[in-house]
Amino acid sequence: MEVFQQLLIGFSHALTPQYLLLAAIGVTIGTAVGVLPGIGPALTVALLLPLTYNFDPTGALIMFAGIYYGGMYGGSTTSILLNTPGESASVATTLEGFAMATSGRAGAALATAAIGSFVAGTLSTLLLTFTAPWLARAALLFQPADYFALTVLAFVSVTALVGSSLLRGMISLFIGLFFGLIGIDVLSGQVRYTFGVVELLDGIDVVVVAVGLFAVGEALFVASQFRQRREEVLAVRSRIGMNREEWRRSWPAWLRGALIGFPLGALPAGGAEIPTFLSYTLEKRLSKHPDEWGRGAIEGVAGPEAANNAAFSGVLVPLLTLGLPTSATAAILLAAFQIYNLQPGPLLFQKAPDLVWTLIASLYVGNVMLLILNLPLIRIWIKILTIPRSLLYSGILVFGTLGVYSMSNSFIDVLLMYGIGVIGFFMRRFRIPIGPAILGLILMPLAEAHFRRALAISQGDLSVFVTRPIALSLLLATLVAIILPYLPVLINRLTGKRTPAGRLVFGQGEED
Amino acid sequence: MAPASPGGGWDSTARAMQTALAATTNQTVQVYNVSGAGGTIGLAQFVNEAKGKPHELMVGGLVMVGAIQTNKAPVNLSQVTPLALLTAEAEAIVVPADSKYQTMQELIEDFKANPTAISWGGGSAGGTDHILVGLIAKAVGVSPAQINYIAYSGGGEATAAILSGAVTAGVSGVSEFAEQVAAGTMRMLAVSSEQPIEGVNAPTLKEAGIDVALMNWRAVFGAPDLTAEQRAAVIAALEKMHASKEWQDALAKNGWTDYFRAGDEFSAFLNNEITRIEAVLRDLGLIQ
Repeated sequence: MEVFQQLLIGFSHALTPQYLLLAAIGVTIGTAVGVLPGIGPALTVALLLPLTYNFDPTGALIMFAGIYYGGMYGGSTTSILLNTPGESASVATTLEGFAMATSGRAGAALATAAIGSFVAGTLSTLLLTFTAPWLARAALLFQPADYFALTVLAFVSVTALVGSSLLRGMISLFIGLFFGLIGIDVLSGQVRYTFGVVELLDGIDVVVVAVGLFAVGEALFVASQFRQRREEVLAVRSRIGMNREEWRRSWPAWLRGALIGFPLGALPAGGAEIPTFLSYTLEKRLSKHPDEWGRGAIEGVAGPEAANNAAFSGVLVPLLTLGLPTSATAAILLAAFQIYNLQPGPLLFQKAPDLVWTLIASLYVGNVMLLILNLPLIRIWIKILTIPRSLLYSGILVFGTLGVYSMSNSFIDVLLMYGIGVIGFFMRRFRIPIGPAILGLILMPLAEAHFRRALAISQGDLSVFVTRPIALSLLLATLVAIILPYLPVLINRLTGKRTPAGRLVFGQGEED
Repeated sequence: MAPASPGGGWDSTARAMQTALAATTNQTVQVYNVSGAGGTIGLAQFVNEAKGKPHELMVGGLVMVGAIQTNKAPVNLSQVTPLALLTAEAEAIVVPADSKYQTMQELIEDFKANPTAISWGGGSAGGTDHILVGLIAKAVGVSPAQINYIAYSGGGEATAAILSGAVTAGVSGVSEFAEQVAAGTMRMLAVSSEQPIEGVNAPTLKEAGIDVALMNWRAVFGAPDLTAEQRAAVIAALEKMHASKEWQDALAKNGWTDYFRAGDEFSAFLNNEITRIEAVLRDLGLIQ
């Protein structure tokens, strides 16, 4: 089969010392930032982007992918030991994971998280291997109207489903949208919102916005409440590992988590957050030990941790085949591709097959590395949590400033980054999620361009969005995404039951 | 200076020159990038900082001519010293393999009958691809303002759009479409060079009865206010570079067409292009 041949060629590249080293660096950095609360893979990849201009694209992307799923592994450690999610995809893990740790079963919780991540990561990479080439061929049929419908689905589901408040999600999305509109409009060549500053003609780089919002904003926020934070890291006294009973209970949860994580990651619905909560809810409902929930049920760690790793491979599917990022980290990965003059999309598999398959092969390799990093070496990562915050964030600020300046030797970029950082601080302060802003920055201009292209091609006929089957079904899915959170309330109202008003919420308003 | 980010055409031209000049002059040559806005940010910096320095060179091309005008840049190419044309690539006009158009003439017939019904997919508005469609429209008597041009951010995106059948025809550099044409998924109707291109099975626009030729050229410019002696010396160095094995290797490796024209010949060519491009951009409604 062609896929196997391609994958074997991919492995022959991925197993060369240079790429092995880059994958190892990537997963190590990824685990570290996953462990550290407040610093996620999106920020890390944004910080490293300017430094990798001189790498070859395959090597850089292998490293970035390693950071992304390394973050998924590392996040669980913090969730379990600190009761603070290392990043948003680990929010669900905190619920049972911390409870297990307080009852002296931290070792088992860490083990099921790491092994589950490995099982689900490998399984979902297999799914990616077989679905991506198929979807890349199907994606060749996508016309502007279809792409527009897809972007609408993506940003509606991200803002409607993630976070505690629809309004906050929308605010964040529109902040991103505004930054996205600055610069020369691709379609008409006209200049928008540059206020006569020539440096703004090409728009604001996604790296500047990401480093500003994530790094500067977070640093200001941490500084603003420095005195109030004292966190205790639970010591791990028990052996890292599971007994027979724990293995037996983890297996089905891992598999279910992987099966939930991969397709939901692949849908334009915002990455890993929703699948982890779905998995948590599902495990709770299926559990034969309902009395244990809240006091440390192992399925509550195994399922979500498997789901968030599987979601990462899922996120890669639309990114590689349609050029559509579905999470903040994926948006930055897209920027990384574009720096190397590579356009993710239906033609990527034809134009750069070596890169794609080496990247996919490196995911298998990276998963093995992460299993080693996160089981025998777990105690080293716990040490990272003892680094004083002040040192950590000043380091990040220096690194971010240097990185943004070196990108195009532009002082204006640095000023912009700090200005955007102040906005980021206020967003953090008022609990406005940052993820939608990054997606808005990338997705909204895409949506606008495709909308106008579709109308130009149809010569102004709006029916183009409902006469093409692909576009129509995507828009219907969008409608479902809007209604879904209110469904329980609606059903109750129709059946005459009284319930407290509210909407179904996935996630806690944190973001990756 | 390469007035674009690393990895693009101007950058790779500058880096090939770096190797070739270092070999022919036995001196260290440095490349630095100032990216943005079709090269006009780099141009502005070059005009201000390189004045009178014969050792400063800047790569540029057709895209910069257009960008200066559409971006209303505060500087223009008359402020720098044109030295030599280096390379050029022809544009190609393609349709998807299942399109009803077999020849350029058929496409143009329909274009003349109902201009807005034909959608052209290509690179960004005001770029080389857009300019070519404008020139074609003018040559066949269609008002360029009626062109239904669908701009994409790059050749790769445009290629996907053409394959999906979203646009009637596609316009981009010959090399951008070469793979798809070879694979039989696209049909090349015409190329924009003066002479037919070896190994490309498509007539020139002129052979197809449209009196248009356009090359996407790249050139090298010197600093403002060079003396006649300085200019002559730099041109001599560039001629030596052009003859070097390193430069010829770079041409072959990158698939660039040699288009070397130095000194006054280039200056005349440049003035011609500026006038012609400005006129078509005005017709397209991109500059007032």
